[in-house]
Amino acid sequence: MSAATLTADNPRKIQIALVGPPNCGKTTLFNTLTGGRQKTANYPGVTVERKSGQLRTPVGHTIELLDLPGSYSLRARSPDEAITRDVVLGRQTLEGLPDAVVCVTDATNLGQHLRLLLELRQLGRPLILALNMMDIAEKRGCQISIETLSKQLGIPVVTTVAMRKHGVQDLLGEIDTLLDQAPTTVGTATTDEWQEPSPDAIRAYHREVERLLKEAVIQEGTPERLTRQLDRVVLHPVAGPLILLSILFLMFQAVFSWAATPMDWIDGGMAALQEAVSAQMADGLLKSLLVDGIIAGIAGVVIFLPQILILFLFILLLEDFGYMTRAAFLMDRLMSGVGLNGRAFIPLLSSFACAIPGIMATRAIAHPLDRLTTILIAPLMTCSARLPVYILLIAAFIPNTTVWGGIGLQGLVMFGLYAIGVVGALLAAGVLRLTVLRGNRQALLMELPSYKWPNPMNVLLGLWDRAKIFIRRIGTIILSVLVVLWFLSTFPGAPEGSTEPAIYYSFAGMIGRGLEPLLAPIGFNWQIAIALVPGLAAREVAVAALGTVYALSGNEEAVTEALATTLANQWSLATALALLAWYVFAPQCLATLAAAKRETNSWRWPVFMFVYLMALAYVAALVTYRVALAFGGG
Amino acid sequence: MNAYAEQERQTFEVGRLVKAGLTQSLGQMPRGSVGRILAVSGMGDHDVERGLLEMGFVEGACIEVLHYGLLGRDPLAVRINQSMTVALRQVEANAVLVGPLLDPAGPGALSNQEHGA
Repeated sequence: MSAATLTADNPRKIQIALVGPPNCGKTTLFNTLTGGRQKTANYPGVTVERKSGQLRTPVGHTIELLDLPGSYSLRARSPDEAITRDVVLGRQTLEGLPDAVVCVTDATNLGQHLRLLLELRQLGRPLILALNMMDIAEKRGCQISIETLSKQLGIPVVTTVAMRKHGVQDLLGEIDTLLDQAPTTVGTATTDEWQEPSPDAIRAYHREVERLLKEAVIQEGTPERLTRQLDRVVLHPVAGPLILLSILFLMFQAVFSWAATPMDWIDGGMAALQEAVSAQMADGLLKSLLVDGIIAGIAGVVIFLPQILILFLFILLLEDFGYMTRAAFLMDRLMSGVGLNGRAFIPLLSSFACAIPGIMATRAIAHPLDRLTTILIAPLMTCSARLPVYILLIAAFIPNTTVWGGIGLQGLVMFGLYAIGVVGALLAAGVLRLTVLRGNRQALLMELPSYKWPNPMNVLLGLWDRAKIFIRRIGTIILSVLVVLWFLSTFPGAPEGSTEPAIYYSFAGMIGRGLEPLLAPIGFNWQIAIALVPGLAAREVAVAALGTVYALSGNEEAVTEALATTLANQWSLATALALLAWYVFAPQCLATLAAAKRETNSWRWPVFMFVYLMALAYVAALVTYRVALAFGGG
Repeated sequence: MNAYAEQERQTFEVGRLVKAGLTQSLGQMPRGSVGRILAVSGMGDHDVERGLLEMGFVEGACIEVLHYGLLGRDPLAVRINQSMTVALRQVEANAVLVGPLLDPAGPGALSNQEHGA
């Protein structure tokens, strides 16, 4: 029975999987084929993203196209690659066997990319080979006989230019032909009998590729020069790290200066919404929940969206350009010193925006121990949710003077807080790798792809994916937390004739006051203790909570301003510094813990993460407080 | 030529080059130098061996050492068959034995092995 009739009397969609080595342009091809008609979901049990999209072939088949994670071989080395293997072998229960597989290869690197195709051919399933980036190969003078290659392989071969719409017509036509004919078997093994290739089997694949290319390549192209020349500078032992530092500096500069305007818009918009809802509703519990609980809370989180998107724009551009693997190369030595892999650089960089996408990005790290270490230290990167607290305390306690060289003291303290986070993360990784996560290290073995211009569609779709993740998090975890927090800090109400603010008498107040003796040694008063209760769920909420505790009202800006003055009068410098130190380490983000739980598939590691970061925060605050007191900061 | 005889001949060639002092591990090669891979061993670790093979480090491939990291010449970036650049650490590089690109001792000894240069 052909696949076409199968769909006629069976509602199951025709499913085609795109498989290919990393950097073969597979994702660009996927984007061109499916346009915006794609969705991202998670595979059950594992957390690898399932990217699928709809497309219609010229004949009229509706196809669900799966973009599987890039892999050099079916012998999977990371959770990402394991999905590719499982789907292709039909071991992924959600999918069943795909009706056909399209193996995408970089035509300029066939010598390395054809091995995966040979592995796939062994499975005996319907298969098409797409020689991608054929335009680049031809520009370099490379000539390949498609006919010979197709005849030798016994499968259809098409050339594609993923960037252009018409560059995929041949592929669509070939898919139609394949679907309308009865499946043919070319391989010897079947999917059930598949076994990991032995080293000698891989050597045999190498020889087979060599033989195939000798038959099919009419003219070899000249090797690419530009990447080599760029790398001479970018990977230079001295110039390379300097360039990396400059790029990072520029990036953070842009995150803060470009984001300012859209953040003002969001701020204004949310404030207007708050006022509008306030004016429409009668005073009461529901209004309080909606205005003070939900809208104010969401405003506090949505405000970071511009910063997160700008940071990801840079990361996606650099990744598409091919720079990120170079950054990993440059950082590998430093990171291997504490038992990490150079590849951990990208997730950790993402964590500066938000630890959640950072933790999700660790899926590309093959070694389980490397990956776990990276997840555990990701919350130590200063995420944007810490900024409101940093900004408030620095404005209140650090004089706006310049120290040597015209550098502002306030800026210096801010930089110091970022630096402490990074150093703390590296030390924590080193200690973790020597204690709970002891084990052998994994090989680096990472391709440094040719540089290429970033593809705008890839970057935009990637950015949209990140934004969706962030917004979904607001709509689920943060929203429910906000409702619970509102409840905790509203009930029970203040008794008649009370002098303290209402929150003092609420459940949150009781918890905070109960915690006070524990927090007194590190210089925290009961107001801080109460603010930390909602702040445990999401860091940025603490500022609003402090405003409530000090009974300040008005819009966010007014509260922050008044709060700075109040705090400067009521807290000692030592207390403020201790709270800053606390904020560098404390794991005050339920969403991050939830992400860690999902990624590690157990409660064990998020609980461990919470405990060790809490301990670090306590010790850091204690030391800071005592040292500041000793220097007269009381 | 059957596969077994081919293997025998290769083993003999590698032995001859080692004796002549013409081999070194990939990790020892100076920046900018070129060579041909004689053996990928993984030092008993099949995963390292397969990892190297999958990234293109296979007997007969020609390689060029492009870059070293600042500290301890680690990691290193290696160009394989002039088509793909791979970063790897010293630990893995030491599992790759490299000989001269063109064998000066025995003309034609290895040249009948085609490569994609």
